[in-house]
Amino acid sequence: MKATNEDLGHAIVSLNNIKKSFNDIVAVNDVSVQIREGEFFSLLGPSGCGKTTLLRIIAGFESPETGDILINDKLVNSTPPNIRPTNMVFQNYAIFPHLNVQENVGYGLQNTKLTSKSIKNKVDEILDMVGLSGFNFRSSSALSGGQKQRVALARALILKPRVLLLDEPLSALDKNLREQMQFELRQLQKSIGITFILVTHDQTEALTMSDRIGVMFDGIVDQVATPEDIYTKPATKRVASFIGNMNFFRSNILSSTAESVRVESDLLGVLDIDKVNIFGGSKAKVSIGIRPEKFKFKKPNGDKKVKSLAGKLIQKTFLGENLLFSLDVGKKADKVYISLTPSGEGAYPKVGENVTVYYSLNDLLAYFEV
Amino acid sequence: MYKTNKLLKIFVIGFLIFLYAPALLLPIFSFNSSQVISFPLSGFSTKWFGQLLNEDTLHDALLNSLIIAVLSSALATMLGTLTARAASRYKFFGQKVTMGFILLPLILPEIILGVCLLTVLIQLGLNLSLWTVVLGHTLLILPFATLILLSAFNNLNISLEEASLDLGMNAWQTFYKIILPMVTPGLISSLLIGFVISLDEFIIAFFLTGVDPTLPVYIWSQLRFPAKLPSTMALGTILLIVSLILVSFFEYYRRRIEKYSQALTRGK
Amino acid sequence: MNFSDQDKKGWRLLGLPFIFSVLLLAVPLATMFALSFWTQDYLVLKKTFTLANYKEAWFEPVYQKLFNRSLIISMTVTFLTISFAFPVAYFISFYGGRRKALWLFFITIPFWTSYLLRMFLWKVILGYNGVLNSFFKWLGIITEPLTFLLYNSNAVIIALTHGWAPFAILPIFVSLEKIDRSLLEASKDLGDSSFQQFFRIILPLSIPGLIGATLIIFIPTIGDYITPKLVGGPDGLMIANMIQVQFSKANNAPLSAALSVSSLLIVGLISIIFVFLNKKHLRTF
Repeated sequence: MKATNEDLGHAIVSLNNIKKSFNDIVAVNDVSVQIREGEFFSLLGPSGCGKTTLLRIIAGFESPETGDILINDKLVNSTPPNIRPTNMVFQNYAIFPHLNVQENVGYGLQNTKLTSKSIKNKVDEILDMVGLSGFNFRSSSALSGGQKQRVALARALILKPRVLLLDEPLSALDKNLREQMQFELRQLQKSIGITFILVTHDQTEALTMSDRIGVMFDGIVDQVATPEDIYTKPATKRVASFIGNMNFFRSNILSSTAESVRVESDLLGVLDIDKVNIFGGSKAKVSIGIRPEKFKFKKPNGDKKVKSLAGKLIQKTFLGENLLFSLDVGKKADKVYISLTPSGEGAYPKVGENVTVYYSLNDLLAYFEV
Repeated sequence: MYKTNKLLKIFVIGFLIFLYAPALLLPIFSFNSSQVISFPLSGFSTKWFGQLLNEDTLHDALLNSLIIAVLSSALATMLGTLTARAASRYKFFGQKVTMGFILLPLILPEIILGVCLLTVLIQLGLNLSLWTVVLGHTLLILPFATLILLSAFNNLNISLEEASLDLGMNAWQTFYKIILPMVTPGLISSLLIGFVISLDEFIIAFFLTGVDPTLPVYIWSQLRFPAKLPSTMALGTILLIVSLILVSFFEYYRRRIEKYSQALTRGK
Repeated sequence: MNFSDQDKKGWRLLGLPFIFSVLLLAVPLATMFALSFWTQDYLVLKKTFTLANYKEAWFEPVYQKLFNRSLIISMTVTFLTISFAFPVAYFISFYGGRRKALWLFFITIPFWTSYLLRMFLWKVILGYNGVLNSFFKWLGIITEPLTFLLYNSNAVIIALTHGWAPFAILPIFVSLEKIDRSLLEASKDLGDSSFQQFFRIILPLSIPGLIGATLIIFIPTIGDYITPKLVGGPDGLMIANMIQVQFSKANNAPLSAALSVSSLLIVGLISIIFVFLNKKHLRTF
């Protein structure tokens, strides 16, 4: 399966075969993504994967070497940033230190023909929307990180852009504030209805806020899908390991038919997997992934595709929202992780015991690899 | 801990008194009617200031100093701006060495600077004049200007310029709405401090001045005349007050620069 | 050589100031260096290479005495200024609170006033009929004015210490500010008294500042001209005065240059050795 670009809805931003290098390093490598109008789209990936470069290309601070970028159906490859219908919230907020909040927020409106009174009204309105009413005359040096972020947001939104670009806007905030802002941003986007494109390395953030996520590694977009699909059907092994937790099992291909492949794994034994369920092109090995929460201590009834794995329970960690167990399955393999929501009923096996865990073939994610 | 605190504070205040005490002599004896600089004081008089008004050579020297101060601080600020912009925005080959070189006059003894500048000028057969002093002072002021402007330009994060463009301004608007206001306190600080440095500078002026003396050089020539002492004190008092005013303005603008950098880094 | 975009942009700006510095600093220094190997006959310069100037500068007792005296004065001044500066910097850094900037401002104001005036005031203060003597006489403490105050090395040391003390404060202050306050808490937590904390944590970590202050005081004071001329008398003159005399009155610019280069060498050497000896303290900071 490949990265999908579904063509439903009007693509407000259309990136086609975008390539960008800096000196000899390719930052964006032939990326094509269609972002739909009105959606909350996240670009997710580890540091250095090219997501910020891609965002800056959309904003107009970098131009693509090859490829086209269309915003609202207009080719904007060489359009400067001040003319594009996009506005950006910068990672360091970029609040002008010599201007107060009002002057910062109203900055972009100075170019329009509005009177200062109507500018002030608009500023008041937008400050209200981001929760900073009354902050008009605060000096920039008196703002906390969270407040600066809201000012940056207000400053961009007041210009009513077609697309709002956000460059890791929440990375500098502490956990509680970050979660609150995630919620607020999502609400804001829904109520205003404009397209948000957010860049982040935090998968929880992307999963929480987005309509769709584009996962990027080394300049390549591996997959564009809804949060649910990204999680349950990760298209490549690296997407699978980046999102959530994953146990991986190596296996060799024993034989293959037109439709399925028989693999043998040290730990999982011999399995038959339909080719359509294996991601990636055909290679010699298959990597099998099972999420920790798919393992159960009790054998589920009635499922014909249930398999089992035996080992010794060596650690139990309480993480608040779930319990994490690690299983030593011998054979010099990595530990297998099992995750459960504490339900309070039924005792769990004790650490040190030999246990059997059960999983379903339906929960396997398989990837061809070299 | 309080005891140490108290003791230290007394020491520091004592230190400050020791630091400032000699300078206080200037106003005291400027208004003292006796011609001899010693205690006890003999009475209040403003005649020494009056004497200053009649000294034509003094007025010439003052004019020379003002011209030199304005020119050298402007020149140093201009060169310092180029240097600071380059150092804050780009990473380039030989950066550290060049910067070190430009800052070198800070630690070289002024007499060495004076001697070798004079040597070159003589070798080149150039005449000494106000311009030679301007060059010498510019060299001296340049490190200070560079350091001040560097702190101002370091505030000019490129994302501020990008944000301005992103919000709809073109390059020219970005320049006078964002870049210029942020850099202006640095420019003013640099000009002020350069002016003060040049006005007070003696050694290089002493070596490089031609027939037209600067104010410090003039003062130097007056120091061997005991009769001129009180009026020299009066002149010193005026210079002191002028320096204080200029330095206070300098501090005001320097704090602006700091306020901007605080605004940019706080909350991260 | 491959020049990146950044290199080109950087140098386009830096070009002018760099040329200025080269012309007004590097070239003159080089010229002076060359001059020190020539000889001057009244007003005529003989450009044949000779080491005679250096022989004179290094081996004539009159210059040796001057070099020694300058070194001693400079080192004494350095020691005294730092001894005064450290407590002041300590106070501002640890007890200054919100008014740190204000304290520093008051301390550095004298820096911006005329050096000439400040040194001249010492002449007025320490003189035979000067402020101190007349003040003591007026108070009745002495009947005859004190003569040992002025026109000797002591006066130079006093004046220089007074003039340069603020300079020593700033680098020490910066060093002290950089000390992570949690380190102090940790040392207390591990059992140190305030006394121990000072010697085990604060002092070692302030060494970079002390080194900086030492260089900032030592290098310029050794080449001071004004102070020894004003308050030094014949016994308090320093090397800079000789450099000036040789250049102008004695019409021996090459000797003056040799003396200058020698001063730079001595100062440079001492500084390098000093920094090298303290290298381990400069490691992480």
